[in-house]
Amino acid sequence: MFSALAPARTWVGARVFFEEELEMWVVYTLNALYFAALLFLTSLGLNIILGVMGILNLAHGSLYAIGAFMAAWTIIAIGMNVPTFFLFISLLSGFVLAGIVGFLMEKSLIRFMYKRTLEYQLLLTFGALLLLEDIIKMIWGGQAYYASAPFDLLGKVDILGHIYPIYFLFVMFITCLAGLFIWFFMGRTKLGIMLRAISLDREMATGLGLDIGRLSTFAFVLGSGLAGLAGALVVPTTPALLGIGMEPLILAFIVVVVGGLGSLKGALVGSLLVGFTRSFGIAIFPEIELPLLFLIAGIILVVKPEGLFGR
Amino acid sequence: MFKKPRWIVYLLILIGLLFIPRLLSIYHLMLFEYGLTFAIVGLGFNLLLGYTGLLSFGHGAYFAAGAYSVAMIGKYFPHAYSIEILIPAALFFSLVLSVIFGFVCVRHTKIFFSILTLSLSMLLFALLFKLYHITGGSDGLRVPLPALFGMSFKGIRRPEFLSGTYYYFLLGMFSVSFLVMKGIVSSPFGKALQAIRDNEIRAELIGIRVRRYRLYAFIISGMFVGLGGALWTFVNGHVTADLSHWVFSGEIVYMTLLGGFGILEGPIIGAILFTYLKLYAMGNTQYWMFVIGATLIVLVLLLPNGVAGAIASLLAKIKRKTVKGTTC
Repeated sequence: MFSALAPARTWVGARVFFEEELEMWVVYTLNALYFAALLFLTSLGLNIILGVMGILNLAHGSLYAIGAFMAAWTIIAIGMNVPTFFLFISLLSGFVLAGIVGFLMEKSLIRFMYKRTLEYQLLLTFGALLLLEDIIKMIWGGQAYYASAPFDLLGKVDILGHIYPIYFLFVMFITCLAGLFIWFFMGRTKLGIMLRAISLDREMATGLGLDIGRLSTFAFVLGSGLAGLAGALVVPTTPALLGIGMEPLILAFIVVVVGGLGSLKGALVGSLLVGFTRSFGIAIFPEIELPLLFLIAGIILVVKPEGLFGR
Repeated sequence: MFKKPRWIVYLLILIGLLFIPRLLSIYHLMLFEYGLTFAIVGLGFNLLLGYTGLLSFGHGAYFAAGAYSVAMIGKYFPHAYSIEILIPAALFFSLVLSVIFGFVCVRHTKIFFSILTLSLSMLLFALLFKLYHITGGSDGLRVPLPALFGMSFKGIRRPEFLSGTYYYFLLGMFSVSFLVMKGIVSSPFGKALQAIRDNEIRAELIGIRVRRYRLYAFIISGMFVGLGGALWTFVNGHVTADLSHWVFSGEIVYMTLLGGFGILEGPIIGAILFTYLKLYAMGNTQYWMFVIGATLIVLVLLLPNGVAGAIASLLAKIKRKTVKGTTC
């Protein structure tokens, strides 16, 4: 696999690579969808918090990391002696713990910040990020947690002549479910409509008698939980390490900026854009894959400053 | 100029600073020099945060621009490796970078501005990190001692260099930066920036070209930070791609808040305090991020105007009390 990628390491090699390896596009597309799925979950959480509370949560990546560590720890703890079904349920532990941490964070810190200016809101979440990173280190130590059991159990499948792990498809499926659920929840249920009302006009929503404090807590817990779920889903494929949440956070920022603030559709399109750029970028120009992403995001922002689906 | 007590205080502090190398051990002197370079960074950053009202989470990029222009010249053009060339080069490259990034960023304000500056600094980080055969990647580049006005420092160890000539050079650069920033802030341009911060629409209606002024503030701020970065490299002796990572930018924001961004002198106090705080936290516990994060949260919740702000309001309270005492 790696030797096949070798020619792509130079600019001249890129064209040779294109002609030789073009049939690999199936794998790259599936990888892109997989990246996009994980990113969608992370940025969805960020977007809900940003939309409802107007706070950009810099500690979102740490919640992702908490989800990853918790899921890895649970999978290792329960071992291989249980039915397969429980192994997948244990991935939900990431969602639950991140949600609990989010709840505590909102109750103890974030709720004092609604009336404060932007600088303080951002700095507080930055402080929370530093705090959480070290708390993770205190609890789980500095070592890596390998929990590939769910990945190995699902095995592989043949797609158009390429062998592909089923687990990646499973992640996409879960993400679709979560996305559909959030879409239904935000669009159709009373709670979701109340949340959208707050994100549109906070004062007016207060005037209509909505319990802003409680709804904000709920939104924060939901957003944190989604980040934790994304972290939990990624852990069977890569080990949980310190600082695992940093890169998804930056990518989620790009998704939010490109897609537009507080837009579900924007988060979806942004994630797909980032996912495809990353997957094909890694395959074709491995050295400038990340800069390429920023370049595309920059061009979109210069042309359409409010993002693709921003209000 | 010398009629005002404030200038006398500045002069006294400067005279006091001249004797610092005799008072402190080499270790503490180095810490103090780190603090001074970050003070220049804080001055520049504060022009944007305190005076223009824009919170950048990506000023590490300009710091890295300054630092890497020094390191790259040292690696690729060793003949030109003397401070009187390096400082203008660092200023130039941070100028170029902040023009490019600023052009994109000043179209936005508030949270969007913060995310954009953050993302763009991560773009520079990605470039510095990935192009490792040019920039050294995560290993970074070593920075040798530069020549200073024709004086060569070959064969001299870094601590001797830092405790002698370089300290006075750094102090000179700091004083100049401080005076320049004070000039900028009290000039009509500085007042216009403050008007933009306080009320953007009103500023636009009285004829201030808001976006252009923001860009100017962004560029000046970037150049100060670049200068701080360049001076920092000589103290540190090594640059890595982490300088452009957004967590480093977060530290710049933190030290500005620690000192207090409503006041010109605030970030200077904050930078020096932060250097000591971080070093002591790193020396005494493995969980230094916990210490920094906890102090940051306490600061945001209890001391929103920073140390300088707290001192200023305390002084005002004492003054009011004494005035009351005399009148009663």
